[in-house]
Amino acid sequence: MTPVSSKLYTDDVSLLMVLIDTNPYLWSSMKNTAFTFSKFLSHVLAFLNSILLLNQMNQVVVIATGYNSCDYVFDSSSSSMQRAECLLEKLEEFVDKDETLSQEDSVDGVGFSLLSGSLSMALCYIQRVFRTGPLHPQPRILCLHGSPDGPGQYVAVMNAIFSAQRSMVPIDSCVIGSQHSAFLQQASYITGGVYLKPQVSDGLFQYLSTVFATDLHSRAFLQLPRPVGVDFRASCFCHKNTIDMGYICSVCLSIFCKHHKKCSTCGSNFGEARKQDPSASGQRRKTPDGS
Amino acid sequence: MNNEEKRFNREEEDEDEESGRGREAWERTYADERSWESLQEDESGLLRPIDNKTLSHAQYRRRLRTATAARVQKGLIRYLYIIIDFSRAAAEMDYKPSRMVVVAKQVEAFVREFFDQNPLSQIGLVILKDGVAQCLTDLGGSPEAHIKALMGKLGTSGDASLQNGLDLVCDLLNQIPSYGHREVLILYSALSTCDPGDILETIQKCKASKIRCSVIGLSAELYICKHLCQETGGMYFVALDEPHLKELVLEHAPPPPAIAEFAVANLIKMGFPQRAAEGVISICSCHKEAKVGGGYTCPRCKARVCELPTECCICGLTLVSSPHLARSYHHLFPIRPFDDVSPSLLKDIHKLPKNCFGCQQSLLNPGNLPGLQVACPNCKQHFCLDCDIYIHESLHNCPGCESLNSKTISDME
Repeated sequence: MTPVSSKLYTDDVSLLMVLIDTNPYLWSSMKNTAFTFSKFLSHVLAFLNSILLLNQMNQVVVIATGYNSCDYVFDSSSSSMQRAECLLEKLEEFVDKDETLSQEDSVDGVGFSLLSGSLSMALCYIQRVFRTGPLHPQPRILCLHGSPDGPGQYVAVMNAIFSAQRSMVPIDSCVIGSQHSAFLQQASYITGGVYLKPQVSDGLFQYLSTVFATDLHSRAFLQLPRPVGVDFRASCFCHKNTIDMGYICSVCLSIFCKHHKKCSTCGSNFGEARKQDPSASGQRRKTPDGS
Repeated sequence: MNNEEKRFNREEEDEDEESGRGREAWERTYADERSWESLQEDESGLLRPIDNKTLSHAQYRRRLRTATAARVQKGLIRYLYIIIDFSRAAAEMDYKPSRMVVVAKQVEAFVREFFDQNPLSQIGLVILKDGVAQCLTDLGGSPEAHIKALMGKLGTSGDASLQNGLDLVCDLLNQIPSYGHREVLILYSALSTCDPGDILETIQKCKASKIRCSVIGLSAELYICKHLCQETGGMYFVALDEPHLKELVLEHAPPPPAIAEFAVANLIKMGFPQRAAEGVISICSCHKEAKVGGGYTCPRCKARVCELPTECCICGLTLVSSPHLARSYHHLFPIRPFDDVSPSLLKDIHKLPKNCFGCQQSLLNPGNLPGLQVACPNCKQHFCLDCDIYIHESLHNCPGCESLNSKTISDME
């Protein structure tokens, strides 16, 4: 396909980056439900085709979010990856490779897929599209995610979210798994995307085509799912409890639920100047380990 | 045109004294900038302004900065006063339309960038005018409030007094908690300072209060400014022109390395308010107005505030949301600068990846020769130069390392 930079873009041309969760542990855990990976794929493929049919200049890129790696599996603008059969081929290749990379034999629960990696890759790709000049399709990211949030990825995912926010790229999220994802809730809230957890997973195509197929310009005219209750509370570094009041290390901003003498993250010693701290004096005396 | 000529003269006076005389000003702009040389043809035959030299240079500089900044504790909680000189000298027209307008514009950009990078920090604005210092805004965390106050107070008159400015700021900064980093950024247009007393004493006072003073001059270097910066550990630069001024101002946005004696490590009590449910009507404590929905409730005293981060006006608890804290975490876990791929490796084309790992752009130059590329020292993935800059400047994640399972988790912990 030749570069289309000579054509004039209207505001409804989209670049859709789709991140597919291919975590094998997640999909094997969903075997008992009627919703299998192949069913999921057939919904997604129909959705991708409909996006490409909506506007001939629309562009779709698919990134597989694996358990051990992430990779591009489909790009409607590149000649080598243009056809739909190619997506399945590449996906198969990717899943095989992802499996060989696996070191451990068993995992507790369903494990975490590498959301931070695929988000970072998608953002790099979007920056490349931005670099092609003032005329480019409107990019957005759609996460089709099912795995639970990996606590170790917190910083990386947040970095990606803030970078997306700075470049005005909305992150839409459609949660396929059984539980809500706090990462994706925050991602969609901060970047102005849509967060949705379908009630009936069999009707995935309907959810995708009615909510996530609309371009950014047309969204203003639609009643899209509103963000309900984004949990902005922090979890403390010491017990991973969710707290609404806590102590922050002034050097590294680590969060603790109790007063400590030393910061476990950066090693700073606390305490010398506590008397001068006006906001903390009264309350802290109540805790037994306060001083 | 006058402007162009003046600026031009200032920059290249020496070398162009003879050769440039014969030409008109507009001709010289073209002849000397050699604008055609900075164009390049891309794959599809389009002309693009690509300047590889400045690109790689800027990259080098950034890389150096990250490399030196790594593993240093940062002062993440900053209390910064910006002292802006709006004396007679700020009306000078060598910056167009005037120094005052240019400075105000840069301060606006700086305030926004500052809060983006230092979400828990606070800024205050002070103006030097008519020989006195005037506190325009108190320390606060809302960029809009500062910008609005500044834009409403444009106008120059009288002399600038560095001492009055420092005295005022020193008094104000002495009230802040000890864990905060006290900083002053002075944008100074005047060539003199009109002081009521001994300014050297004031400088010593600032030093004793551990206030880091930095000055950006708009005219010429002044001894007193240099002395001030040396004594207090700040930076002193004189701007050459508007882009340079912008660069100098924005250099103050990332948090400076924390110096142990400057601020005492401490645990600060903070609250993480919940977002109030939509449609609930309550009176907010910050504006004293009844508002519908979209506020936050202080977890200690249940007062309602409109935006975060802030301090609860009733109980004084610092209120933040967890994304505010996370915004600063990339300063703590900086990613390592990428290495240049050595020329010997580049010769072996078949072993090299064809595409950039991040954006899938081809890494091959038109003649099927490997182009410029960098590699992450951790995951050994190759990236194009554009991705390198984006990853280090904005993303703060290496897509390669994030796509590796075991490593990612051990790195983050």
